[in-house]
Amino acid sequence: MLEIKNLHASIGEKPILRGITLTVPDGQVHAIMGPNGSGKSTLSYVLSGHSDFTVTDGTAHFDGTDLLAMEPEARAQAGLFLAFQAPVELPGVGNANFLRTALNAVRKARGEPELDAAQFLKLARAEAKRLQMPDDMLKRNVNVGFSGGEKKRNEVLQMTMLQPKLAILDETDSGLDIDALKIVGDGVNALRSPGFSALVITHHQRLLDHIVPDAVHVLAHGRIVRSGGADLARALEAQGYAQVIAEAA
Amino acid sequence: MNAVTASATGFLARYEGLTGRLPGDPAPRRAARDILLSAGLPHLREEGWRYTNLAPLGDARFHEALTEASGFTGDDDLPSLGGLSELPRLVFVQGRFSSAQSVLPELASVRSFAANAEFGALANPGRDRLVALNTMLAEDGAIIEVAEGVDAGSLVLISAGRDIHGTPVAFHPRHSIRLAAGARLTLVEMAVGHGQYLHNPVTEIVLGEGAALSHVRLQNEGLAAYHLATVYADIAARATYDSFTLCAGARVARTELLVRLHGTGGHAAINAAQLLRGAQHSDFTTVVRHEAPGCASRQTVKHVLAGRARGVFQGKIEVDRLAQKTDGYQMNQALLLSPDAEIDCKPQLEIFADDVKCSHGATVGELDSEQMFYLVSRGIPQAEARALLVQAFLGEALDMVADEPARAMLDDVISSWWVHEG
Repeated sequence: MLEIKNLHASIGEKPILRGITLTVPDGQVHAIMGPNGSGKSTLSYVLSGHSDFTVTDGTAHFDGTDLLAMEPEARAQAGLFLAFQAPVELPGVGNANFLRTALNAVRKARGEPELDAAQFLKLARAEAKRLQMPDDMLKRNVNVGFSGGEKKRNEVLQMTMLQPKLAILDETDSGLDIDALKIVGDGVNALRSPGFSALVITHHQRLLDHIVPDAVHVLAHGRIVRSGGADLARALEAQGYAQVIAEAA
Repeated sequence: MNAVTASATGFLARYEGLTGRLPGDPAPRRAARDILLSAGLPHLREEGWRYTNLAPLGDARFHEALTEASGFTGDDDLPSLGGLSELPRLVFVQGRFSSAQSVLPELASVRSFAANAEFGALANPGRDRLVALNTMLAEDGAIIEVAEGVDAGSLVLISAGRDIHGTPVAFHPRHSIRLAAGARLTLVEMAVGHGQYLHNPVTEIVLGEGAALSHVRLQNEGLAAYHLATVYADIAARATYDSFTLCAGARVARTELLVRLHGTGGHAAINAAQLLRGAQHSDFTTVVRHEAPGCASRQTVKHVLAGRARGVFQGKIEVDRLAQKTDGYQMNQALLLSPDAEIDCKPQLEIFADDVKCSHGATVGELDSEQMFYLVSRGIPQAEARALLVQAFLGEALDMVADEPARAMLDDVISSWWVHEG
């Protein structure tokens, strides 16, 4: 599904990713953990094609295709989804209109028929209900006036609607209370299938209680310094990053 | 040589040629001619005209539409009306009323200027020389009246222009809209066309006490055309004038709205959106004069500028010393989609009363790159993402258009703008 080799990326002149190698096979969920500034969010932005970052070396392939050569919209149409750590607000853009535009763009690219307003609303309302989102969140402007938790749920709603093959969740757990965490976890688990993979970026082990990963990687100074099973997340929670990184060095 | 005076020469010559054939009292026309003879067309050295150059207008040789057969054969040149097609409509072709293409309203009285030529008291040819030009040469126009207390519903007023076999044509319609006390009307104006021509309409609006006019204006002229519109609105006590203008057409355009609130509790909202690309130039100029206490005025003007387009907003709020408790608001915002686009903005407040609330603001920016990334990261193509953000930007000005078919018509024009832009 996702194959990253020796990936280096900078913002301006400043190198952030310094040689990441990582493979996420079909159907697997991998967690990426690491201290602030280790490059976790940069990795998610580089994979989704943000123009602030420059790839200076290495490769990333998505289903065998050169991901780094694709425009961001083409990556999304091919089945990549980034749940943002801090989703932007779009004043004046209705959430339902935004979601339908995105869904139809993706469906069109995949050769599926576009949904009309009625078909879309039926689907969106059902998904919103499953995520325990109030109906009016579809009517409001995208993320405008949403609480931190509402914004994250809105990301998960977009993810479940767009049905990606690979989801990158960038600290989707931050700002969520325990109940919301479970709802988000259930949302991701509902997508789990042999055709769905995920890269879950998090600081905390608690999201991984809900979304049990197949592998956990520790990122520090732009490199993966340690990889392991779900146990590694618990070890990190108990010992802290400093010790794990020191042991790896 | 006095280049300024020379610029009106072609029009003055045509006036001389038409003398005796123009309708109504010749005296105001002669007075208008004298103004143009001595002062010429407006020029860049005048305070209100610093940003808009009419010199090319003097160089173009316009035929007078009156003496030419209509270049139109059918309804092909009319704009697409969508839901508005169910409504009564007045169609003007090359500035002349086309009864065959019109459907008269039941609840409003309509007469033609050609048969009932009368120059209203609001228009001021001495101050506004395009109005002098119109007064000198006006041949036709719509005189629309709604009687006391009558809700006349919606009416569409269409102007279609085009050059005749490549020769530019000029027309100067003179419209008058009068709503008696408590009367109501939604007027949807659409100006469209092809080729090079000059459309120089003057509209005089008089609203009686408690009357309400919702005025939706589309300027979508041909891209080689000149559109120079002057609208006067006199608003009595407790009357409401809601005006929205979308400027998307013409090579050179100027829309000037002169609004006078002369009765207590009057309300005027003057919103506009300008969507310009290529080498288009569009000037939106307003003067809102508060002459009575307790009136409110609201202006939200948005520009979306691509290519080498240039948008202009000049907005003046005048508050007379008698107009206490005035509530005035003006906001001008521009989105520049290209490094070569330009916006010029001149807000002016002249306040002679001491108990007033007046605010104005202006912003200029580009599309937000983080918002763009968010949209494209969801699979939305760049052009569509830009269109979504631009429509969101325009929404604040556009949302005052409550009439559904009118709003749908404007939305169609805005979304088709992207077919060319994207």
